[in-house]
Amino acid sequence: MLEIDRLSVAYGPVRALTEVSFEARDGSITAVLGANGAGKTTLLRTITGLVPAKEGSIRYDGKEIAGLAPEEVVRRGISHVPEGRGVITELTVEENIRLGALWRRRQPDYQEAIDRAFALFPPLESRRKQSAATLSGGERQMLAIARALAAKPDLLLLDEPSLGLAPLVTAELMRIIRELARTDGLTVLLVEQNARSALSIADVAIVLNLGRVVASDKAAALASEDELRHRYLGF
Amino acid sequence: MGRFVDLTLNGFTYGVIYAAVALGLVLIWRATRIVNFAQGALATLTTYIAVSLLDRSVNYWLAFAGALFAGLVIGALTERVFIRPLYGKPDLNPIVVSIGLLILVESIAGAIWGSGDRGFEPAFSQIGISVGKTHLEFSHFDVFVLASVLVLMVGILVLFRWTNLGLRMRASAFAPEVARLLGVRVGRILTTGWALATFAGALAGLLVAPKVLLSPNMMDPILVYGFAAAVLGGLDSPLGALVGGIVTGLGISYVGGYMGSSMETVGAAVLLIVVLSIRPEGIFSRPSARRV
Ligand SMILES: Nc1ncnc2c1ncn2[C@@H]1O[C@H](COP(=O)(O)OP(=O)(O)OP(=O)(O)O)[C@@H](O)[C@H]1O
Ligand SMILES: [Mg+2]
Repeated sequence: MLEIDRLSVAYGPVRALTEVSFEARDGSITAVLGANGAGKTTLLRTITGLVPAKEGSIRYDGKEIAGLAPEEVVRRGISHVPEGRGVITELTVEENIRLGALWRRRQPDYQEAIDRAFALFPPLESRRKQSAATLSGGERQMLAIARALAAKPDLLLLDEPSLGLAPLVTAELMRIIRELARTDGLTVLLVEQNARSALSIADVAIVLNLGRVVASDKAAALASEDELRHRYLGF
Repeated sequence: MGRFVDLTLNGFTYGVIYAAVALGLVLIWRATRIVNFAQGALATLTTYIAVSLLDRSVNYWLAFAGALFAGLVIGALTERVFIRPLYGKPDLNPIVVSIGLLILVESIAGAIWGSGDRGFEPAFSQIGISVGKTHLEFSHFDVFVLASVLVLMVGILVLFRWTNLGLRMRASAFAPEVARLLGVRVGRILTTGWALATFAGALAGLLVAPKVLLSPNMMDPILVYGFAAAVLGGLDSPLGALVGGIVTGLGISYVGGYMGSSMETVGAAVLLIVVLSIRPEGIFSRPSARRV
């Protein structure tokens, strides 16, 4: 369970998040929606410790994680697929994935987690030894997610996974994310511009505007609020 | 012909020493985007440590290993104490600090061990080898120089390519933020990079000292040539450091041998300018990999 309570973040004088509060239950998918500059990326980056929180708390499994360094947050079971994917193109596909799991290499299921990450995305399996620079945009997104999953997270933070993907690929990706939450009990925080596809798989959704939560409800309920949809989600 | 062979062998020998210095610069540049001007001074320091151990009649190879180990420790400490506070600060700060460190270390070495020259016993004979009737200006010690830098280079390449530490080091160099998100303790990796770099420098110091006499500023010219070698190699490629070192070593040896030793520095400068005007990113750098 992720509990965020009155979280505020600022870049110098620029306020990026103001008193954001919400909870994400285990095994649920929470869509985080909002226009450009709403603060979605900032929210994820603050959870993983890349950006310091100014005020408020971030509790995961009952423990405060605000102030932890990113390399420690991942050890608490939180994997973050950053905006733009963060695939390291100087490494091979396999090296990218192994790197994601390396911190838990003494766990008995270390190799199993890597194999499973590959199994989930067959196109990666056949390109293990290739440079990640040779992958297409969709394949890179698969690699970024597979790499995050190789760390066997309980909570997965995804920052605009559909960015630059064809509609069919996006749909397939959403299906896989849904599947992971259903079968593995993975908790997902899904940041999306593409509100329609995010809402189609999310259980709940929050809408950010200028760093504040302006709506938060069951995904289906949000999708049917015309006024809100037009104003913040653009569909 | 004999002279050409001698100059070539001499160029290779000095070249690999420049390569070891260049490797140290490259390791630090890759990890932290800092040019470590103190690289040479730290190598002088570790060479003095070897001398002190030898003066206390420690076994030669033990003293040799001791200096290399001191390189690891001093490199790690330097990063932790002097460099770590500078991350995220303006680019000028690390330049000022590493030049400051260069001056500080050289004057401390002078204060402890005196500013005069002193000899440093080579591991093997420095007398030229004879092949049949031809006498070469190439000694057993020179063979040792080539072999030990080769071992260093192969070791570093194996480390980078085939070990988990190497994978973490590459990831931290190319994408530090992503590496942290994936659980790499990048701070430790940077410390390790500085330790390895200073280790490489320490080896260069031990190899060059028997050839040029040990003094507090023994490494100053070597650092300049090592820097030229690193730039030729593209600044972020270990293999580039090796090739850059050998090219620089050969260039300087030919220029010195055929045009007089006063021309050596000019020769190195001309070489650098020519290569960089043909390939501004250096011989081995992948420009796409470079993040400024
Ligand atoms: N490093 C930074 N320094 C200063 N301001 C920043 C920085 N990063 C983000 N901001 C500002 O914080 C606000 C929120 O940005 P953020 O990237 O979180 O938005 P976002 O919702 O992810 O937008 P997008 O949908 O375009 O990715 C914006 O006003 C942005 O300009
Ligand atoms: Mg964003």
